[in-house]
Formats: sequence, C-alpha cells, structure tokens
Amino acid sequence: MSEALNIIKDPTLTYNQELIALAKLGENSDDTLVYSDEYYKAFNSRALCDLGEGKMPYRPRYICPDYELLFEKGCKFLELDPPKDLLEAINVLEIFYRHVPSITTFPVYLGDLDKLLEPFVLKEERSYAKKLLKLFLLQIDKVLTDSFVHADIGPEDSVTGRLLLELSEEMQLAVPNITLRYDPERTSDDFALACIKCMLKTAKPSFANHRMFVKEWGENYAIASCYNGLLKAGGGYTLPRMRLYECSLTAKDTEDFVNRELPRYIDLQLEYMDKRVKFIVEEASFFKANFLATEGFVKEENFTGMFGVVGLAECVNHLLGIEDKKKGFGINKEATALGLKIMDVIDERVKAHVAPYCEATDHRYRLHAQVGINTDGMDDSPGTRIPIFAEPTMLEQLQTNEKFHPYFPTGTGDIFKFEETYEKTPEAILPIIKGSFGRGLRYFSGYLENCDVVRVTGYLVKKSEIEKLKAQKQSLNNVTVFGMGAQDGAHALDRRIQRHEDNSTGQ
Amino acid sequence: MRSTAGYSVMKITAPVNKIIPFSNVDGPSNRMAIFFQGCPFNCRFCHNPETIHMCNDCGDCVKTCPVGALSLKEGKVTWNKDLCVNCDTCIKTCRHDASPKVTRMTTDELMEKILEVSPYIQGITLSGGECTLQKEFIKELFPKVKALGLTTLLDSNGSLDFESNEDILEYCDGVMLDVKAYNKEFSDWLIRYPNDVVLKNLDHLLATGKLEEVRTLIFPDRDKENEATVRYVAETIKDRCRYKIIRYRQFGVREEYRKELGDFTTGEDYAMRYVELARSLGASKAILV
Ligand code: SF4
Ligand code: SF4
Repeated sequence: MSEALNIIKDPTLTYNQELIALAKLGENSDDTLVYSDEYYKAFNSRALCDLGEGKMPYRPRYICPDYELLFEKGCKFLELDPPKDLLEAINVLEIFYRHVPSITTFPVYLGDLDKLLEPFVLKEERSYAKKLLKLFLLQIDKVLTDSFVHADIGPEDSVTGRLLLELSEEMQLAVPNITLRYDPERTSDDFALACIKCMLKTAKPSFANHRMFVKEWGENYAIASCYNGLLKAGGGYTLPRMRLYECSLTAKDTEDFVNRELPRYIDLQLEYMDKRVKFIVEEASFFKANFLATEGFVKEENFTGMFGVVGLAECVNHLLGIEDKKKGFGINKEATALGLKIMDVIDERVKAHVAPYCEATDHRYRLHAQVGINTDGMDDSPGTRIPIFAEPTMLEQLQTNEKFHPYFPTGTGDIFKFEETYEKTPEAILPIIKGSFGRGLRYFSGYLENCDVVRVTGYLVKKSEIEKLKAQKQSLNNVTVFGMGAQDGAHALDRRIQRHEDNSTGQ
Repeated sequence: MRSTAGYSVMKITAPVNKIIPFSNVDGPSNRMAIFFQGCPFNCRFCHNPETIHMCNDCGDCVKTCPVGALSLKEGKVTWNKDLCVNCDTCIKTCRHDASPKVTRMTTDELMEKILEVSPYIQGITLSGGECTLQKEFIKELFPKVKALGLTTLLDSNGSLDFESNEDILEYCDGVMLDVKAYNKEFSDWLIRYPNDVVLKNLDHLLATGKLEEVRTLIFPDRDKENEATVRYVAETIKDRCRYKIIRYRQFGVREEYRKELGDFTTGEDYAMRYVELARSLGASKAILV
C-alpha cells in the first residue's frame, strides 16, 4: 500500500487529520531543499529533529497576527469592516482565525483577548457579554481543534478577563490554551488569585513572566502555541530541535561533547534553519502574496527562528554516567552545573551566528526549550526539565528552573502539582510565583494533584501512613486500578495534552 | 548557658525534627514550617507521637535501620541524612515516642535555610512537638526573621504561660493555639496535662491581639466533650479570630489509643454540627478542616 492509501484507509483519522497528513505527503515529495550529508546523518540518528515541519515550508511555522490592526482597519481580502460591537468583534475574529496558517493548520495565537474585546464587552450587559463569549469559546473549541491554539490575557485585570476565567471553569474546554501575562506591579493580587483558582480547576491559565518577556521583546510580544514567546505582527519561521540525549551518544566523553560534538550539532541545526528561513522568505509566496503579509497583519521583519533543545537532563546524566535519575540533573549539583555549561555553549554559539531575516531579534535566532512530543518516550525530558519521577521538592525544582529559564526567550516552562488542600488556599501559590519570577522563572503552570493523602494542619505525614492509606483506598475502590503512572500527576497531564494533540505536530 | 570560667556563651540550639519549605496548612499564605522535637503533653490522639520525647540513645533503632543510616557513636545515636531512605522503621521501633532523625541547629543555621526560602514565602511557622519548649531559641530567632520582612507565627499547644513570658511574643506576629479540651476531667485524660494554662493563654492572647487562630479537634461520638470545648472557645473568641474545627483522623495515632478514640475519621456531617454551633455562638470565622 502506498503511504497515501494508508492515510486514506486509516479509520482512526478524522477527515481533517487525513487532509493534513495527505498535504504533508505532497509537501514531502519535493526535494528542492537539500542539506549537507552531515545534516542528514544527524537527522537519521535522531540527534536532530525537524518536529514534523516537512520538507518544503510554505508558511512560517507560527504566525501571530496583529489583531489590533484588524479591529482598527478591518481586512480587505476577507471584506471585513472594523467591528462596532461585541457580536461583530467575535464574528470578525472567528472568520479571520480560519485564515491564519501555521504548522498545525490552526492559529497558534488568538490575540490578547481581554484587551481586544474589553471596549466592546463594557458596552454590553454583563450577562449578554458572557453569553456571546461563551459561544465564542465553544466555536473555538469545536472548530480550532488543537491544543496549541493559545490566547493571552493580562497583565491588567478586566471584565473580559474575568469572564474568560469564569467560562473556562464552567465549560471545562481543552481549547484554547490561556496565558496570563503576569507582572506583580500591573496585575492585582485579586486578579492573579482568580487566575490561580481557575488554573487549579482547569490547568489554565499559565503564568508568563511579563517583565522578563518585555525586557527581551518589548511590550509587543505574544505567548503562542504551548508557551512560545514571539513578536506580535510576526512569529516564528521554524522550530527544529536538538535531541540532546541522542547528541551525547556520539561523544567520547564530556570534554569531547562540549568542545566538539555539541558545536558540530549546533552548526548543523543552524544550517538547517538558515536554509528554511531563506526559502520561506525568498521562494515561498507567503510574504509576497498572502493577505496577512500584504495587508500588514504580519511583517517579515518581526519573525525569528526558534532554536529548540530537548532532553538536557538525559544528556547530562548520560555524560556523567548517572543511571539513577533521582541522583542526576536537577538534584545533583555537578549534573546541574554541567547542564548550565552545555546551555552556555549553545547560547553563545547561537548568538554568534548571524541569522537571515531576523531583524527584530538582532539578526539572531532565539532559544526554545522544546516540550517533547508523544513519540519521544522517556529518552528526552522536555527542554531542561527534571525528569518525571525524579522531581525533587518544589523549592529545588524552582531553583533549578530559575537557572535555566533565562536562556529561552522563545519559550520554556514547567508544571507544578499542588495537593488538594491548595484548592482552599490558592493564596499560598501567589508568593511562590512572585518569588520565582523575581529570580528568573519564565513560565509557570500548575494543577491540582489528585492526591490520596494530604496533610491537614500542624502535623506531619509519615510515609508508612501514606502507604497504609493508599492500600486502604485501593481496597475501598477496587474497581479503580491506580497504576503508579496514573497516580503521577505530571504523567497524567502529559497524557491529557497528548490526547488533544492527536495528529498535530505543533509545539 | 554560661561556663564558669569566663563568659564564653554557648550557642543556643534547638532540636529540629523536620522543615517543610512550602506549607499552605500551617498558617496563612505560603510559609516555611519548622517542627521541633519534644512536647510536654502526651495527647492520646497525637498524630506524631515520635515527636513527643527526646531520644535517650538506647540504640534499639540502630539495629533495625535497613540501610545503616543510624549508628551509635560514643553512646550517642547519629543519623546520616544522606543514607536515610525515610522508611520510618526507626520510628516504628522506638518505644520511647522519640525519633533519631533530629538535628540540633543554631539560629544561624536555621536562618540559612530560611534565607534560601524567603523569596517565596510570607513567613515562617514554628511547630512541633511543642515549639515554646525552645523559647530562648525563638527569642533569638524571631528578630532575625522579622528583619527579612517575613511574618512569624507559633503553632502552640498553650503549655507555656505567655503572660509571664511576654518577651517571646515581642517579635511574634501571632499564635495558632490548640484548645483540645475544656472539660477538666476529659482534658486530664486526653492530654495528660493541666489545661488551665491553655485557657488562660486563650484569654491573654486575645487581649494582646496575638491570637492568630484557635483549633479544636472533634472526636467521634464524644458529644458532651466536643460540645463543651467548642462552646467555650466560640463564646470566648466570638468573631475575633479564625476557629478551625478539625476532624479527628486516626492516621499516625498509636494503636492502643486508636482503640479508645476510634480507628476511623470523624464524620464530616458530625463535625459540621460543631462548626454550626460555633457560628451560632458568634464565632463567625469557624471553618471545617
Ligand atoms: S527512616 Fe529511620 S530506619 Fe528508615 S532509613 Fe531512615 S534512619 Fe533508617
Ligand atoms: S530514637 Fe528511640 S529507639 Fe532510637 S535510640 Fe532514640 S530512644 Fe532509642
């Protein structure tokens, strides 16, 4: 059977997924873009990965349109006038979203929804505004069926922001992803708390360190896809990744890796990025003919390339011969120090490389800690995260993250689990976010752990008691078989993301 | 402690059983909770009986530790933190309601730990065991903690008479006080310590504005005793501070006492009755935990 026939006959794919898969097949039938033999060798050994971008990029990977311009001027190509009320605003957005391409074919950035819609929401009765927003969110969830569809809110409190939180809780929809751009000086504690409460119940919004992003990008940045920092009216051309664990396999030792293998792989990934960026700008019709470009919703000079890495923990542990990950990267000081050294090498080398068509980022690519895809298995932990099941205390996890997050202007993040009692004490989470953002954490996601045992107050919980309790709990509900894996929150969450990810390749 | 020859001052230390860097259940917001070893009470329901007494170096647990994390050195039990796998076999072995996993720390050593966590917390809570057994240590520690802009709370069973120990409260933002039993007879049986001082502290802390919260445990099927305690506390504190009504839970309770008190957790509805009682008596900040 041909690959096309396989796709067509596959009963597990929706029509839309078949369409995407067949398009990818068509794209991959062209060999215009060629790389060095060295590159293909690295690609075939899985050291370098193109994250399913395909052979012939016909649009940038991520596009963050200037929705403010859309509301100001309307869109000639789509024959849309600037909206005059909330109903029109929502209608304009829904139509426009359908025409924003990306690697996933769905828009990865829906705009700063609270700011965009607030003037219109304020003109309506709250209940009517809420009803319209509810239909808007429903439309997004059912039509833009991809968990990399992302909306931003904040830093300031707003009626629209509050309504979006309320609706997220009420509707429990997977799409869109939401990020609060958090700045302790501009975001009130009250609004931040409302976001935390919603986050504990729905795993969104996540918190982005607004000051950190502003310092790197200026005010005009967007959080798109999973947690990518990019410019509005711009985006990201391409996001390949170095699978650092696989990269480390060809090194004789740490010295050989840091001084020879690592720089070699970096250069190969840069070669790949340069060729693709040039192709997108010079050959593909996107920047010349697509209405997004011709009407100024995106500008080529606001795009950059995202240099991705994944699996730093496994890379370091392999180089140091550490088999027990509970004694490795993130826990063991020597391992963490080697991680920092590797990141310094990557950072310096990428910064030394003059990148084509990256005007807004000083003609440089920017680093991205890639979150992993479902085919990675346990070989490569997301970006620079400490491996699942090896996470130390939250304090240590934060301290490690704070060292690594500053390297990644185009995005990184970590997920923190909270036991059930936090549902009643969300205010205990805010100082953690404030403290860590002041110390270099870039992006914070949290959720409630479905935990059997919680500490009530004033006394300690003993491990032996926890085990007894778990045993009891299991006998009480012997229908529910809790495997270790299912009990681990992070794993369960990953699984949930993957379920919605389905066929998409976006990160 | 001063040595007789000259005035060289020995550093004050306190036995630390455990430090929880981030706690959301030991006072408001995010706090570092520090648990000291040793308690003058011997409550039947104690959830952490291993924190009651100081280790007497009998050496029993040294023999049962599966990983050799414990050893006897010059008659003293020493614990190797790095080897320990936290299986709690030692705690099960110990017949003295003690633990070998206790570290003596000076205030400077503890401050180092606090400093590391300080960016993420609103304050610290000292708990136990009974923290006020370490009153000299606390007097030295709290001014240093306040200097970092953190709040300072004590989680206390009320065994120390605060009125005659005013100086411990000077740098303390508040006390979370357990009022375990009002009925004298019940109290003598339950905590095995006179409760007059606890009730006196309740008044004194209220009067001085240092009462952060009061907690009372609700035991299964002890209507009379539960009611007496809740009634007294509620009528005393009214709406002036938070009142946590906590369900008795059997976890960690010594087996012989579990038989007396119940090998199960107080029902939620049953406990809720006392929350409502407290509220009806004016304790509007009564909540169920
Ligand atoms: S908990 Fe006690 S018995 Fe278990 S390893 Fe640690 S010291 Fe040894
Ligand atoms: S902890 Fe208990 S068993 Fe171990 S030496 Fe001390 S008193 Fe003995």
